Amino acid sequence: MNSSALNPYILTIVTFIPLAGAVLLMFFPRRDRDIRWFALAVSLLTFVLSLHLPAHFVNGQQGFQFEINLQWISTPNIHYHLGVDGVSMWLVVLTTFLTPLCVMISWKSIHDRVKEFFILLLVLQTAMIGVFVALDLFLFYFFWEGTLIPMALLIGMYGHERRIYAAVKFFLYTMVASVFMLAAIIWFYAKAGTFDFVALQTAIQAGQVPGFATAAPWLFLAFFVAFAVKVPLFPVHTWLPDAHVEAPTAGSVLLAGVLLKMGTYGLLRFNLGLFPEQARSNAPWIIALAIIGIIYGALVAMIQPNLKKLVAYSSVSHLGFVVLGIFSFTQMGLTGAVYVMLAHGISTGGLFMLCGILYERRHTYEISQLGGLATPMPVYATFFLFTVLASVGLPLLNGFIGEFLVLAGAFQAKAVYGVLAATGVIWSAGYLLWMYQRVFYGKVKHDVNLTLPDLTAREQAALWPAAVAALVMGVAPLLWIKAIDPAVRAAIQPVVQMTTQVMGR
Amino acid sequence: MIPPGADYLRILPELVLTFFGILVMLADPLMDPHKDRKPIGILAFVGAVLAVSATFIQAQHPGLAFSGMVRVDGFAVFFHFVVTVIAAVVILASISYMKTQQIRAGEYYGLILFGTVGMALLSSAIELVLVFIALEISSISTYVLAGFRRRAATSIESSLKYFLLGSFATAFFLYGVALMFGATGSTDIYKIGEVLRNGNVPTLAFVGVALMIVGLGFKVASAPFHVWTPDVYEGAPSPVVALMSTGPKAGAFAVMLRILFAASAPGWFWLIWVLAVLSMIIGNIGALVQNNVKRLLAYSSIAHAGYLLVAFVALPKTGEYNYGISAAMFYAASYAAMNVGAFIVISHFGSLNERYTTLDDYAGLGHRQPILAAILTVFLLSLIGIPITGGFFAKFYVFSAALKANLVGLVIIGVINSAIAAYYYLRIIVYMYMREPREGVPVTRIPAGLGFSLAVALIVTIYLGVVPGRVLDFALRSAQEMLR
Repeated sequence: MNSSALNPYILTIVTFIPLAGAVLLMFFPRRDRDIRWFALAVSLLTFVLSLHLPAHFVNGQQGFQFEINLQWISTPNIHYHLGVDGVSMWLVVLTTFLTPLCVMISWKSIHDRVKEFFILLLVLQTAMIGVFVALDLFLFYFFWEGTLIPMALLIGMYGHERRIYAAVKFFLYTMVASVFMLAAIIWFYAKAGTFDFVALQTAIQAGQVPGFATAAPWLFLAFFVAFAVKVPLFPVHTWLPDAHVEAPTAGSVLLAGVLLKMGTYGLLRFNLGLFPEQARSNAPWIIALAIIGIIYGALVAMIQPNLKKLVAYSSVSHLGFVVLGIFSFTQMGLTGAVYVMLAHGISTGGLFMLCGILYERRHTYEISQLGGLATPMPVYATFFLFTVLASVGLPLLNGFIGEFLVLAGAFQAKAVYGVLAATGVIWSAGYLLWMYQRVFYGKVKHDVNLTLPDLTAREQAALWPAAVAALVMGVAPLLWIKAIDPAVRAAIQPVVQMTTQVMGR
Repeated sequence: MIPPGADYLRILPELVLTFFGILVMLADPLMDPHKDRKPIGILAFVGAVLAVSATFIQAQHPGLAFSGMVRVDGFAVFFHFVVTVIAAVVILASISYMKTQQIRAGEYYGLILFGTVGMALLSSAIELVLVFIALEISSISTYVLAGFRRRAATSIESSLKYFLLGSFATAFFLYGVALMFGATGSTDIYKIGEVLRNGNVPTLAFVGVALMIVGLGFKVASAPFHVWTPDVYEGAPSPVVALMSTGPKAGAFAVMLRILFAASAPGWFWLIWVLAVLSMIIGNIGALVQNNVKRLLAYSSIAHAGYLLVAFVALPKTGEYNYGISAAMFYAASYAAMNVGAFIVISHFGSLNERYTTLDDYAGLGHRQPILAAILTVFLLSLIGIPITGGFFAKFYVFSAALKANLVGLVIIGVINSAIAAYYYLRIIVYMYMREPREGVPVTRIPAGLGFSLAVALIVTIYLGVVPGRVLDFALRSAQEMLR
């Protein structure tokens, strides 16, 4: 059978296999070893199946691919409408790529309530993939909220000392922000009678939604708030350091790797896609917030005594680049933004895995407790250095391409944006390399650190894929960009049209 | 005049319930007074299940009955079904509850059956005097039921408080009926509607409507008539709370919908608007500081009455009132499922004399009783309004009906309120899953009957959250029927 016959169903399969795995896990006896292997098998299977997407993706084709569109609920008219473009396809693959790594990294560190842990992880995976593939606003909201509960439970049940505070803060921030989005989605349905993203987009462009002109600024803000909290954009980022520090390693990896991208993906898909005019007129202050985020995140990361918090703040800084790229409305800026999203998922995911590995041995994230670790743990130190360099944006590694494109786009939009954002690159080199020096170089200050064991085979198995991906993405960016480019062009087209119209007046 | 046979079929659920109620009362004295009343409970359960199936026969015979006092339409059938299912589920859950509480009283089941007669009749009675009688039947039974934990002072307080304030409220309602009669010369809801639509609306009618809303507002526990709720819910036996926070409420909402819409009652828009906003705000703010789970859910039920009232004021200019009405119906049904479920879990977990009802007692429940905790979590998520649960679509329909009527301000208030509400429901989940278990709180097996009733509540909650279309379509159709 021709494997492209799978095309209409592949998204459904990829989305729901983890959930099916979670349901099966519920009936498993509590033998932790079997549960871990089963979770790994399910997540690997999902990854392999998700590779069907890039294999059969038609580059340059307009619109969404692998679509499926069935009616789910008659009143209100809700459709089961899935589909991906170049952007969401790679985000799906990123999700399926990171989940097996998360399973492996949690192998030993989770030893209490193992079954619940992997059930939550797999449910979370389904919800995350769903967010990227849903093309019905209602379905999107469904999955969006669906990520919230498993993630909050993962933090609250398996985190460190202040886990409850962090879990509740995370839940409330996201929940409060997303009810505004829900109100906006309901508004669309009440006025336009559809939840379908594509139909709404055409209706808006044709001016067929009554009352849209007056409501649009508010609707834009309602969507924006929900996504800005998730990204997180300065000044609503305060939940992020707490959530990251308290979360178990797998939680941090998925939080940084995928959940934050849901915010930037939302900005790209909905704020740009549905409200080109408002996106353009609001861009200056959003860009300002993004640049503040880049610099502020970097400065705070610089002085962090806590290793994991440092990485968390570096996320604030990196995600600022993404938002800057999106609202630069240039082809390069947007392509770069998407590329940073993917690269950040891999390199920061890698950094969190490395932090977690260290925590299992030393039970602390305090940098002052470490130092000179390169002597007892040479292999670990090498992986760490590689990942740090990828995150800093060393050429030939994945971080470089995206940041370079974003900066180029920002310069194109307005030179001052580029100049300010470029300092962020310097800062990030500063805090990451300084941190590396304090943790790995010099003499071993604490005797306990002398006997730390180096990486085990399982830990290496989790780290190698991330390292290889970082290298390949740095060397051959075209593999990704050729799919991203047309999607991005379609996304900014309405905004650019709007700009030329305004200039023409 | 002897009423024709079909008239009896139109009140068949009520007849079945009454018959089994009497049977229960007769069988009870024949039993050994020191034995558990399980057989009586099973008998009552059979009665309630037969009443549920009787609603299907009732649905085959739409029309007026008993000289136009009862009207069977889709609307009435919908509420009959909801109320009788609630009764059946509550009776089933009560059997093991009564055993752990060591209460041996068959009349408990009889009272539930009789009370259900009143709640069911509320939705099909269109004669205001009959409405009043139905209201009294349902209220008096619940007053007594609230006091069934005889050894607990709080339960007696609960019963007395409910009785005193409740009779006061029904008096208001009766006063309203009298004034309405004075204003329009009729006590038939549809005839009143004709009079009010065709002529000038007398001032007396405004007062009458306001008084009726006061009386019914008490029954549905909406602010500012809510002060009794926390104390009554805290003291009453948990299965009874499950019943009285859903059944009489559903009935009272049904009456309210009929009076306000079918009778075209005048001048209540802002009145209900204020009630809705007050209920949402007072309920949610009050719930934030509660440490007793029953009190917390009492405040939450005030808030939910507020959300439901939002559907009442969703009056689009086009006159398509059925959106708001159907949203209210859907809300009543899904609220019934999730709240009955939550209180059944509480009733099981409370143990003898309902000792374990504070949040601290729920610490670590996820560890000790994973299944029970997971089920309660689903109900709580539904109360928050998280997707794939009935609570989500309930809120969704209410708010989208309100947006259709351009009530943007009200929707924003509602949406902010549901965000606040997330906090206190979440607190219970946090205690269950993220706190260390407390010493000495027992682990108890889930009895079969209770497990079955929980399963029903769970399945309905999820069903309404995944495929709500059919129920809503039915509600839309029957709302139209009701208006005709």
